[in-house]
Amino acid sequence: MTRTSRYVPVLYILFLMLPIYWLVNMSFKTTNEILGEFTLFPREFTLENYVTIFTDPTWYMGYVNSITYVAINTVISVLVALPAAYAFSRYRFLGDKHLFFWLLTNRMAPPAVFALPFFQLYSAVGLFDTPLAVALAHTLFNIPLAVWILEGFMSGVPKELDETAYVDGHSFWSFFLKIFVPTIAAGIGVAAFFCFMFSWVELLLAKTLTSVDAKPIAATMTRTASTSGYELGLLAAAGTLTIIPGAFVIYFVRNYIAKGFALGRV
Amino acid sequence: MNKTHDNKAWFFVLPVVALVAFNAVIPLMTVVNYSVQETFGDNVFFWAGVMWFEQVLQSERFHDALFRQLAFTFTILLIEVPLGVAIALTMPKKGPWVPVCLVLMALPLLIPWNVVGAMWNIFALPDIGLLGRSLNALGFDYNFTRQPGDAWFTLILMDVWHWTSLVVLLAYAGLVSIPDAYYQAAKIDGAKPFAVFRYIQLPKMKRVLTIAVLLRFMDSFMIYTELSVLTGGGPGNSTTLLSIDLVKIALGQFDLGPAAAMSLIYFLIILALSWVFYTLMMRNEQQ
Repeated sequence: MTRTSRYVPVLYILFLMLPIYWLVNMSFKTTNEILGEFTLFPREFTLENYVTIFTDPTWYMGYVNSITYVAINTVISVLVALPAAYAFSRYRFLGDKHLFFWLLTNRMAPPAVFALPFFQLYSAVGLFDTPLAVALAHTLFNIPLAVWILEGFMSGVPKELDETAYVDGHSFWSFFLKIFVPTIAAGIGVAAFFCFMFSWVELLLAKTLTSVDAKPIAATMTRTASTSGYELGLLAAAGTLTIIPGAFVIYFVRNYIAKGFALGRV
Repeated sequence: MNKTHDNKAWFFVLPVVALVAFNAVIPLMTVVNYSVQETFGDNVFFWAGVMWFEQVLQSERFHDALFRQLAFTFTILLIEVPLGVAIALTMPKKGPWVPVCLVLMALPLLIPWNVVGAMWNIFALPDIGLLGRSLNALGFDYNFTRQPGDAWFTLILMDVWHWTSLVVLLAYAGLVSIPDAYYQAAKIDGAKPFAVFRYIQLPKMKRVLTIAVLLRFMDSFMIYTELSVLTGGGPGNSTTLLSIDLVKIALGQFDLGPAAAMSLIYFLIILALSWVFYTLMMRNEQQ
């Protein structure tokens, strides 16, 4: 490798950090300083924006709501995807290939297409404005993704493992829960991470399916931005806080993340 | 792997099918329903046949949005895929810096999409944003809220910022799976760096790069939140891509019929193009 090429990743990471730096920088400024002058560092360092967020329930409940539906979604998606991925990786059955592609098509469906029908559907079943509604709606794209990732990881486990376990006298469920699940624990972690990620970053459906009680933090931000004019410092602080959970979970899967993005098929 | 033929495996996929069908089939049928009917309010509907489809397919507005969408998707694919591969090639393969690089690079992928839009908005504003202010100080007349060219530049830069890491991580996953012996063999044969790339690294990355292109293609076709926060489709209609136009028609003007017909056409375009990629990918996998 040549010497100059070593700087490419460094430059790239710098480029990635610049907008984030600007957001964090702005979150520690007063509104006057943001609008009045152009400063690379906050001149009057203030925590006021963060204090507002942590003391006002309309703000901090947004985080609670977001984390609630993301957690429910992750649990549901991974639990139902596990047996399905096992079926796809081990068995050939009627319509398996078509079913797999049909699942993937839902990952391709633009949320903009489904926003209005989802509103009507979840209003009709009485789940509108609950975290469960958003969690269920997000399974539309998270279940196919979880199935895809888990199938990739499971196909990497040789079938002899299953056969040996049966010879040793394990029943199917005893084999599946005690041997197979621990074997693909990394894959489950990666699938859970991706479900978390895509449910955390999606806003269009989350915003459509909630109004007051279950409003996600991201929606609180857009509404504040439009109603109270230019409270940029507050907006920046809220944005900064939405980055933290992602940075936190990413740390746990750091060794598997590359393999995970390859959907377990490297 | 040799798979056993057993139709009882259907029981394993049943919960997935039930949940996804609830979320996909019912709303899709609602859309289909609207797309063939006409209403004058009061929940009274009339059969309209393929009228809306004809109207959408012939409208200039849809052609323009579709053209902008294709231009956007191909531009970002042309930038992100080669750039992502180049960065992955220059990344360290082992050592303490690997996890640091991976975590920092993956960070943009985990930021909620409206925060990405808002962040780039305040980053690029010509008066208070770092990017906007710097470009103007360098002598460029830059204002993404007024000039369509600047809006496109900002939009593409934002997407490159947001998603190139996905390509990097995928390409990197492909690269680290190449055994050292391959490189040693190439060294003994006296292969030039380009030959190593062409005959060893590229074939090994083919599979993951297909996934990268597939994911980037699908997601860039669906881009809505970041874009609506950054430019809202403006200035004028210059950055109004398909999803922005769709939401304007469906929720802004409440024209359910044309919106539904456009939804279906939109979905079918993604589906058809994705099917091509998917088939190619599965063919790669069987090799």
